[in-house]
Amino acid sequence: MAGAAPHRKEFGRRGLSFYLLAAFFALFVAFLYGPMSAIYTLSFQGPTGGLTFPMRGASLHWFVALFEQQRTGDFAGAFGRSLMLAGLVLTLTVTLSVLAGLAFRRRFPGSTFVFYLAIASLIMPGILVGLGVGLTFQLFGVRTAWYTSALGAQLTWTMPFGLLIMFAVLSRFNRAFEEAGRDLGASSMQIFWMIVLPILLPGIIGVALFGFTLSYDEFPRTLLTAGAQNTLPMEIWGMTTNVTSPALYALGTVTTLVSFSAIAVSLGSIAFIQRRRARRSATAESAADETTKQDSN
Amino acid sequence: MKLSPTLTSYLQVGPMMLVLLLFFGVPLLVVIAFSFFDFDGINTVPAFVWDNYAELFASKVTLSLYLKTIYYALVVWAITLVIGFTVSYFLVFHVRSVIWQMALFLLCTVPFWTSNIIRMISWIPFLGRNGIFNQALLGAGIISEPLEFLLFSDFAVIVAYVHLFTLFMIVPIFNSMARIDRSIIEAAWDGGSSGWRIVSDIIVPLSKTGIALGSIFVITLVMGDFFVVKVMSGSHSASVAMAMSNQIAMVQYPPAAASAVILLIIVTLMVAAILRLVDVRKELAR
Repeated sequence: MAGAAPHRKEFGRRGLSFYLLAAFFALFVAFLYGPMSAIYTLSFQGPTGGLTFPMRGASLHWFVALFEQQRTGDFAGAFGRSLMLAGLVLTLTVTLSVLAGLAFRRRFPGSTFVFYLAIASLIMPGILVGLGVGLTFQLFGVRTAWYTSALGAQLTWTMPFGLLIMFAVLSRFNRAFEEAGRDLGASSMQIFWMIVLPILLPGIIGVALFGFTLSYDEFPRTLLTAGAQNTLPMEIWGMTTNVTSPALYALGTVTTLVSFSAIAVSLGSIAFIQRRRARRSATAESAADETTKQDSN
Repeated sequence: MKLSPTLTSYLQVGPMMLVLLLFFGVPLLVVIAFSFFDFDGINTVPAFVWDNYAELFASKVTLSLYLKTIYYALVVWAITLVIGFTVSYFLVFHVRSVIWQMALFLLCTVPFWTSNIIRMISWIPFLGRNGIFNQALLGAGIISEPLEFLLFSDFAVIVAYVHLFTLFMIVPIFNSMARIDRSIIEAAWDGGSSGWRIVSDIIVPLSKTGIALGSIFVITLVMGDFFVVKVMSGSHSASVAMAMSNQIAMVQYPPAAASAVILLIIVTLMVAAILRLVDVRKELAR
């Protein structure tokens, strides 16, 4: 930062603009989390409490009510189905988008078509995907179910996300590692399992997080394709129209806890991998230093 | 046996391609086919008639539905763009420690991984007649009567959209901005250019791919929404997709399909217009 304009400090200095922007950011975060924290608090309403403040005591009444309530249908069943569906979507999204991401490392005839197909699928309004898949199953006389039609409909949204993340991850991937492996005589399979996959792992965990949470919370694509048995977002949707008690908020708290656990597990494992990697490369470096010292001796 | 590189690519991309064709390509064609089927109000008969489209265009409601939906899309787009740009700009250029930058970025993105419906209904205890917002204003003596326009109104719909979709603007703009070479900005700064000029002449042009991607996400999400407008307007307002979902609920598939096709054409035109201005692929797949 020399010479030309000595009275000016570096760009982005802590001036008035920093504090204005920081205040804006804080307001945005409050806007993002304020209403959500209100319903988490309200879900602990006392038994006589209503849908809004003030709190009339604090209890777990509405969480208990949630599991007892049979009026809106089968909450526990829907919860289980949503988790299983999210697990299926996660597995398929990770497998198929990692494979597809690897394919895009080379130019191949038709790559542009595949790319635009994925993008079109990503930005297609969810209700249209649901309608299309629902009508297709009807046309071919196949019954819709959460593990067939809803699974497929959700994949049209999670896979393109996974592919975009793979693009971002692979653009930073250094191919020298693969070549080193090949020079040392590793087979293609060995290179994939022992070099490529471990390096890509944090990105792949990111894809898994997207696959799981987007499926677990997906509503418009599932509405017309889940068939006779509901998933959790459809239960919640049903409750928004006919439940006027804090049980609705209790459900919101429970389902958000599941999402938060998924986020915590993924981010935690990414952080763990990064730290182990940093530690290992530090050990490797000091070992290398040792070797050089010994060599020079 | 050694596979040729092209064949390897096809084998790798094949499974995803198959799922996309089966659950996106074929259903799209089926929707188009259904939009030409004959529908007498109860029965659907496979045919090739333009009746569903004719009825759609003859209905007075259609135009007002589209105008309303486009109005929501444009207002939400403008608000999310301003918020998304400002937040990303703050994170990229004003937060210096990488750890803090990542932590604050994650703070913005965590709600993305939670339920949209729950996040939407969380505004109800906030905006209602006896809601937190009104009680706070009454308590502070700013108003003497509760504000009625807060919930079940266009205002509520737009607040919920902005709450749900700003993330889709922040993430791509943040990514574009993070890639801007700092030395360009330092050069301009040392050359005596003002902060505003740096934003308008360097940062905006260099983050336009992110802006374009975010705009595509936000516009398509609002154009395709049916449940936010239904709940947050208290059924006082409507959108194209909501009208369509009502038709679907009444098993009127051919009219719903025709409506879906028109919606899709309009959304595609909007996306194409954005892509004409900015080449997104160059940025994404490099």
